[in-house]
Amino acid sequence: MGFPGRSPLGPLDLIVRPGEIIALVGASGAGKSTSLRLLAGLEQTPASGAVARTPGTTTSFVFQAPTLMNWADALANVSLPLDLAGVPRAEARARAAAALAAVGLGDRQTARPRQLSGGMAMRVSLARALVTEPDLLLLDEPFAALDSVTRRRLIEDLHRLWAERSPRPAIVFVTHDVEEAVYLAQRAVVLEATTGRAIAELSSPGTLPRPEGWRGDARYRAAVEALAAALACSMSPEDAEG
Amino acid sequence: MNRLLPSLLLTALLLAGWEIACRGLHLPVYLLPPPSAVGVALVERAPLLLSSAAATFWMAFQALVVAFVLGGGLALAVSLNPTTERAVRPLAVALQVTPVVAIAPLVLIWAGLDHADRAVVALAAAVAFFPLFSGVLTGLKSADPDLERLFDLYGASSVQRLVRLRLPAALPFILEGLRVAAGLSVIGAVVAEFVSGSGATQGLAWRLLEAGNRLRTADMLAALACLMFMGLALNGAVGALEGAVRRRLA
Repeated sequence: MGFPGRSPLGPLDLIVRPGEIIALVGASGAGKSTSLRLLAGLEQTPASGAVARTPGTTTSFVFQAPTLMNWADALANVSLPLDLAGVPRAEARARAAAALAAVGLGDRQTARPRQLSGGMAMRVSLARALVTEPDLLLLDEPFAALDSVTRRRLIEDLHRLWAERSPRPAIVFVTHDVEEAVYLAQRAVVLEATTGRAIAELSSPGTLPRPEGWRGDARYRAAVEALAAALACSMSPEDAEG
Repeated sequence: MNRLLPSLLLTALLLAGWEIACRGLHLPVYLLPPPSAVGVALVERAPLLLSSAAATFWMAFQALVVAFVLGGGLALAVSLNPTTERAVRPLAVALQVTPVVAIAPLVLIWAGLDHADRAVVALAAAVAFFPLFSGVLTGLKSADPDLERLFDLYGASSVQRLVRLRLPAALPFILEGLRVAAGLSVIGAVVAEFVSGSGATQGLAWRLLEAGNRLRTADMLAALACLMFMGLALNGAVGALEGAVRRRLA
């Protein structure tokens, strides 16, 4: 991909296969979020690039912030995509209630976003993304603002929700956290800091969802180190020091 | 009540000081009557003042409704098309910075001298227009850009986007505009009444002019007090509405 009139991105060739989990890793400004929005069709496709989608692919997007409607309760927030698609109200509410229950917030249907903790609001956001049963789920640093305990719980939940679905959705998520990338994804693509070129691709060992204690496993640690080294290469020396 | 106590105390203190000064300095009542005399005027002239206040309030209210419909409607139309905003905004600003006193004689001619009340409503609406136009427009554009993207992603129609996203996001801004506009519409009504000042309108401003011509200063101050109470009541009413909406949204 290249962008006329601004610093070029890419080239980035990315093929997302059904049901796989991919991490886009890179420093700030590497074009991770832009790439993700391109995948979602939320940005103009650059002149020298293309995004091809299998026809009928449904896409959902989770932003870094929960991005909820403050004036609506959790249930109404989750049912939004269905409401917009013209799904009958009763059915939309029932499916939204099920999606909320799936993320562990079945008892919080009437809560307003401001009454929810950061982790809970993110779960509502995740439920909203999953309620349409998408084939492709895009997440833009969804856990960056959460504390580490909440973050780990949410990652486990995401794996569980992914594994429960049949067929499984493909997930592409953006992160600058190498541990998160190796733990959550099956493969990680490293984007160079200034150009956004894909300079490395590493596959993550082990199976999903992760077994208990996987973070202590030598294979996991080795993969984290390898990805960290690749990420360090992606940054210019000044960036790495900063 | 506790919140109001300090300001009530200060008011009482100021009134007491005023009363004492008037009595001690033997000021002539036509120059500065003591608060007690204003109080007497308020009671004695209550029926007339009330009907005049009702007239002014009714004109200001009509103006507020007109300004809300026109300003809100225009903001809604403009929010759908950025080019029209660039076309309309300078004109709206021009209307805002033109002193209402200066256009009042013109509007009075257009409305016809027999329909001074219509001119008053039109002028008050012109004054109240800008905060409503600006508030609604700012509010409609205040929605979280990521939520806008989400509505893009899920293929929302422009009506869905307006009803489910932009209007709810705009509500606090609209109410803020309404609060400012409510105060301005009273000011506009009074100024317009002054200019048309022939007794064709029987509002509080006319009471002020009339009492002034006869040098009945206590009556003037009584009418002024009525205007002040009306402004406070209006502000309080819209503020309460704002608070209720905020609580519902929070």
